[in-house]
Amino acid sequence: MPIVKIDGREIEVPAGITILQACEMAGVEIPRFCYHERLSIAGNCRMCLVEVKPGPPKPQASCAMPVADKQEIITKSEVVQKARRGVMEFLLINHPLDCPICDQGGECDLQDQAMGYGFDRSRYHENKRAVPDKELGPLVKTSMNRCIQCTRCVRFAAEVAGVEELGATGRGEGMEITTYVRHALTTELAGNLVDICPVGALTSKPYAYEARSWELRKTESIDVFDALGANIRVDARGGQVMRVLPRLNDDVNEEWLGDKSRHAIDGLRYQRLDRPYVRTKGKLVEATWDEAFAAITARLANVEGDKIAAIVGDQCDAESMLALKDLMTALGSPNIDCRQDGAKLEAGPRGSYLFNAGIRGIDQADAILLIGTNPRWESPVLNARLRKRYLSGRCAIASVGPAVDLTYPVERLGAGPATLRDLADGKLGFAEKLKAARNPLIIVGMGALARDDGAAVLALARSLAVVNDDWNGFAVLHTAAARVGGLDLGVVPGERGRDVAGILAGAQSKEIEVVYLLAADEFDTSKLGKAFVIYQGHHGDAGAHRADVILPGAAYAEKPGTYVNMEGRVQQGFRANFPPGDAREDWAILRALSERLGKTLPYDTLDQVRARLVAVNRTFAALEQQSPGAWGEFGTAGAMTDAPFVSPISNYYMTDPISRASKTMAECVASRQHLMAAE
Amino acid sequence: MLADKDRIFTNLYGFHDWRLAGARARGAWDNTKAILDKGPEGIVDEMKKSGLRGRGGAGFPTGMKWSFMPKEVKDRPHYLVVNADESEPGTCKDRDILRHDPHLLVEGCLIAGFAMRAHAAYIYVRGEFYNEAQHLIEAVREAREAGLLGDNACGSGWKFEVYVHRGAGAYICGEETALLESLEGKKGMPRLKPPFPAGAGLYGCPSTVNNVESIAVAPTILRRGAAWFAGLGRPNNTGTKLFCISGHVNRPCNVEEEMGIPLKELIEKHAGGVRGGWDNLLAVIPGGASVPLLPKSICDGILMDFDSLKNEGTGLGTAAVIVMDKSTDVVKAIARLSYFYKHESCGQCTPCREGTGWMWRVMERMVVGNARIEEIDALHDVTKQVEGHTICALGDAAAWPIQGLIKHFRPEMERRIRARIEKLAAE
Repeated sequence: MPIVKIDGREIEVPAGITILQACEMAGVEIPRFCYHERLSIAGNCRMCLVEVKPGPPKPQASCAMPVADKQEIITKSEVVQKARRGVMEFLLINHPLDCPICDQGGECDLQDQAMGYGFDRSRYHENKRAVPDKELGPLVKTSMNRCIQCTRCVRFAAEVAGVEELGATGRGEGMEITTYVRHALTTELAGNLVDICPVGALTSKPYAYEARSWELRKTESIDVFDALGANIRVDARGGQVMRVLPRLNDDVNEEWLGDKSRHAIDGLRYQRLDRPYVRTKGKLVEATWDEAFAAITARLANVEGDKIAAIVGDQCDAESMLALKDLMTALGSPNIDCRQDGAKLEAGPRGSYLFNAGIRGIDQADAILLIGTNPRWESPVLNARLRKRYLSGRCAIASVGPAVDLTYPVERLGAGPATLRDLADGKLGFAEKLKAARNPLIIVGMGALARDDGAAVLALARSLAVVNDDWNGFAVLHTAAARVGGLDLGVVPGERGRDVAGILAGAQSKEIEVVYLLAADEFDTSKLGKAFVIYQGHHGDAGAHRADVILPGAAYAEKPGTYVNMEGRVQQGFRANFPPGDAREDWAILRALSERLGKTLPYDTLDQVRARLVAVNRTFAALEQQSPGAWGEFGTAGAMTDAPFVSPISNYYMTDPISRASKTMAECVASRQHLMAAE
Repeated sequence: MLADKDRIFTNLYGFHDWRLAGARARGAWDNTKAILDKGPEGIVDEMKKSGLRGRGGAGFPTGMKWSFMPKEVKDRPHYLVVNADESEPGTCKDRDILRHDPHLLVEGCLIAGFAMRAHAAYIYVRGEFYNEAQHLIEAVREAREAGLLGDNACGSGWKFEVYVHRGAGAYICGEETALLESLEGKKGMPRLKPPFPAGAGLYGCPSTVNNVESIAVAPTILRRGAAWFAGLGRPNNTGTKLFCISGHVNRPCNVEEEMGIPLKELIEKHAGGVRGGWDNLLAVIPGGASVPLLPKSICDGILMDFDSLKNEGTGLGTAAVIVMDKSTDVVKAIARLSYFYKHESCGQCTPCREGTGWMWRVMERMVVGNARIEEIDALHDVTKQVEGHTICALGDAAAWPIQGLIKHFRPEMERRIRARIEKLAAE
C-alpha cells in the first residue's frame, strides 16, 4: 500500500484511492463542492486544490488525483490557500447575497466554506448573473441564481436515479442546469437532489420558508413508508414534523430516501384522530377515553374469545403489535393477522420471509430475478441499489411480472406463474444464467405472494434459490414496514385461528362479532359485515370510517418504536414529537384497555415491553444486525393460475393513511398524471 | 532565411496540384514502405532525434509523446487523433496544409499511426473548414484507392484507415481531451488528467492527439533524416515552422521558416514589413491570441522559437504573429480577446467560467478608463486566480494576454483612467 506524506505526516493508505480520500483518512479536511462520495468525479469546482509533489508546479484537484507511493501532499501552503480563496471568490461573484431568505441558510456548504476561505467584501463591481428558475416538479424548488454549476444534481439524476432528465446547457458563464424539455422529474428519488445540492439552488418545495435549520429538534427515527427501514432524521419544531431527512447507513439506505418517505409528512397534520370517538345512533361522536373504553368493555362482555379478531396494519411498531397479540391471547382469541394483503407467508422458518441476502447482498449478486415486483415503486431506494449493481457490471437481471421501467435494463421473461414454472424447468435461457451465477438473487414481491396461489409461487421461488453457507439468495421484497416484525412476533392466526380473509368471512357470517383494527386500512372494510369494529390508529382513513369505537394512536414519528425491515434488521426510532390532542402511544393504549377488560398486560413501561419483545423472539435483542434467516421447508407446491403477477402498488405516492392525507403527495400524483397525459 | 530545398510544405500557397498526383510529384508518398520498415521503435527514435516539438502550441516533444503509447496492443485498440480544429485567433497554418497539401497529413497519419501501433486515425476538422475538409476527404479517398491506406497500406502489411470528422465550431474542442469528448459525440468539455490520453483516450483506449503540422512534417523528417531537421534552427528549437503573419503588415501571409528566425526579419522579409515602417510598430502577439504580447522594444531583437519567447514571458504558441502598429487601441484589442475567451469557455470549472466573464467586463471598463487605478492590480490578481487553477489551459490562455498587457502597457491603462477622471472633473 502506498505511503504518502500529508502536511508532513506520513500515512499508509489503500492503493487506488484519491488524494482527497487519503487526506480524509489522515484527518485533514479538504473543502469541496462538486465531489460526492456516491457520484462520479467531476473535478470542476476546483475547491479541493492541493499541492502535490512530485507533479506539475500548479495545484491539483485532489478529488480526481489518485494517490501514488512517496507522494507529498501539501494542503495548507500559501499556494493552496490562495487558490482556494480565489475559487471561493469566483463562486461568490455571481452568487446572490440572499442567505437571509435562503432555505439552505445554516446548512449550506458554500456558506460554511465562505467562512474559511471567503473575504468580507467583494471586488466584483459588475452586474451579477441572472438565471431563470427551472420547474422540476412539486418537490424540488429551484433558485438557479444560486447555482454554482457543480453538476452534482446532473450526476445524481443520471447515475443514481437513472433518469437522464437533467443536464447543463450553454457554455461558459451561460451554462445552466436544466431539464432539456420543461417537465417535472420522473423519479421517486427527487428529494435527494435537495440534499446533494451544496447550495440553495435546489431546495425543498413543500418545506419552502417553513423553518430554519437551527430551530429544529432533530430526532433519529426509522422510515415506515416502505419495508426498507430507511434510517431517517425527523426534524420537528413545536408540535409539528417539519421535514424528514435520510441518515447515513451504508447497509440500508446509503444516504438516499424515497420521495414518499421524505415528503408525505404533511399528511401527519391532516385527517388526524386526536380524540376517542364512539358510534352512537349511527354517528361517530367525540368521547373521552373513559367512555371509549367503557363502550368496548360493554361490547366485549360475554363475547367468546374465538368471536373476537384483530387485524394489524402495515406501519405498526413491534411494541404495539406485541401488546395486541398478548391482549388477544388473554381474551382467548386465535384470530389475529398482520398480513392485510393476504400474502401467503408464514411465521417460520425466518428465512421464508426475509430478504435473506441483505440489502448489501445486492452488491454481491451476479444474477437477479425479480418475481412479481416493481421495486421502483415498492422501495425506490432498494431499486437504486439494484441499479447501482447493474452499473457495476456483469449482472444479468430478469423479471417475471409487471412490465415496468426500473431505470436499468431488465430481461422480461413473462408475466405470471407459467413463466416461473418454465424457468424452474430450465426451459428459458435465463435459467442457465441463474445456474452459472455464484450469487443468484431471487427477489419475490408481494405481487407474487399476495394471491390465492401465493403458497405455490413461494414454493417454486424457493426451489430457484441458492442457499449455502456463504449465500442465501432467497429474498422477499416486502411492502409493509410492520410485516417482518409481525411475522417475527407470530402475529398470525393461532390454532384454528382465522387469517384476514377468514376474519372478513366470519364478520359477514356473524361468526366474528368484534374486530380490532390496529391501524389497518389496506383491505376492503365494507366486508366487515355487522361486526363491532374497534379502530386504533392515527388517521381518519378507511378503518376509522367503519369503526364503532375509535382509539386515537400515534403515528411513527410520535412514538418510540421498534421496526424490523425486510432483511430482518431490528431498528429503533425515537419519538420526534407528541401525538396530537388526546392521542396516545399505541402499546400504552392497549395496556390501559387490557386493565379495563380485566386482562392486565404484564408491562408498565416501554423497557418492560421491549424486554417482553426479546422474550418472545431473541431477534429483538440484536439491534441493527442482519443475517439470513433460518432455512427450512416452506411454501406449498401446487397448482397455479394463469393470472399475471401485479404489483400491489398502483400509485407510489399514496399507499397508506399518512400519504393519502398528504397534500404534497396529491400534488405529486397530479404532476405525474399531467405528464402522462402530455405523453 | 530558409532555403527552398529545405521546405517541407512545397505547395503551401496552392500554386500546384493538391491531389495525389501532384503530391507525389513533390515527393509525398515516395517509398513510404521504407519508412514503415524502420518499425515503430525506429520511427519514434528518429522523431525524438529530430527534436520536433509539437506544433499545436504547447511545444511538447512529438517523439516523446508517441513513445508514451503502450508498447503492445492489449485488449484495447490504439488510436491516432489529429487535431485539425484550428481556431486560435490569428492562426491559419493548418488550413493551408489541409487544402493545399492534404497528402502530407494523410501520409503522416499512416506513419504516426503505425509508430503507435494504431490501425485508425481520426482527423477532427474545425467545423468552419468545409472546403478544407472536402480536400482532405478526397485525399484520403485517393490514398485508399491507390493502396496507400487500407488493409495493406503502402504494401507494408499494416492495416490503416483514416476517418475525417467535422466539428461544430467550438474553440474549446481544440483542447485535446475536449476534442476526444466531442469526437465521442459528447459535449466538448475537457477531461480531468490523469488519466492522460495515452492511457485512456478516445473511447477509453490509448490515444495520441497531435496537431496537423506535427503530423504533416513527420514523413519529410523521416525521409530526409532526423539530422537534417535537427540541423535547422537552434538546439531544443529545431526544424522549420509555419508562421502566420497577420495584422498591420503590408502583406499578411503564411510562410515556412526556420525556427529561431528574428521576428523583425520574419516580418520584413515575408510580410513586407510593418505598415508605416518598423518604427510604427506598437506590439506583437507572437504566438496566437493566447500568449502575452510583446512591446516593440522586445520585438526589435527577439528570436522566434519556443525558448527565447519563453524567456520573455510569452510563448511561440501556434506561431501566429499578430502585428499591431501605433494606430492600435491595444487595450481594446486585448479586451476583444477577453471577450473571445469568455465566449468560448466551456463553463465546466469555476475559475474559467466565472473568471473569464469578470476579466472581460473589467477590460471593457479599462478601454474607456472607467475604473480605479487599484483595479488594475485587482485585475492582475484575478488573472492569477484563474491561471493554473483550471482543468484545461483555456483559463491560462484567457489570463495571459491581460497579464501581458498589464506588464507592458500599464502606463497606458493608467493614463486612460486619469484622463477620464480629469474629463469628469472638468464637466
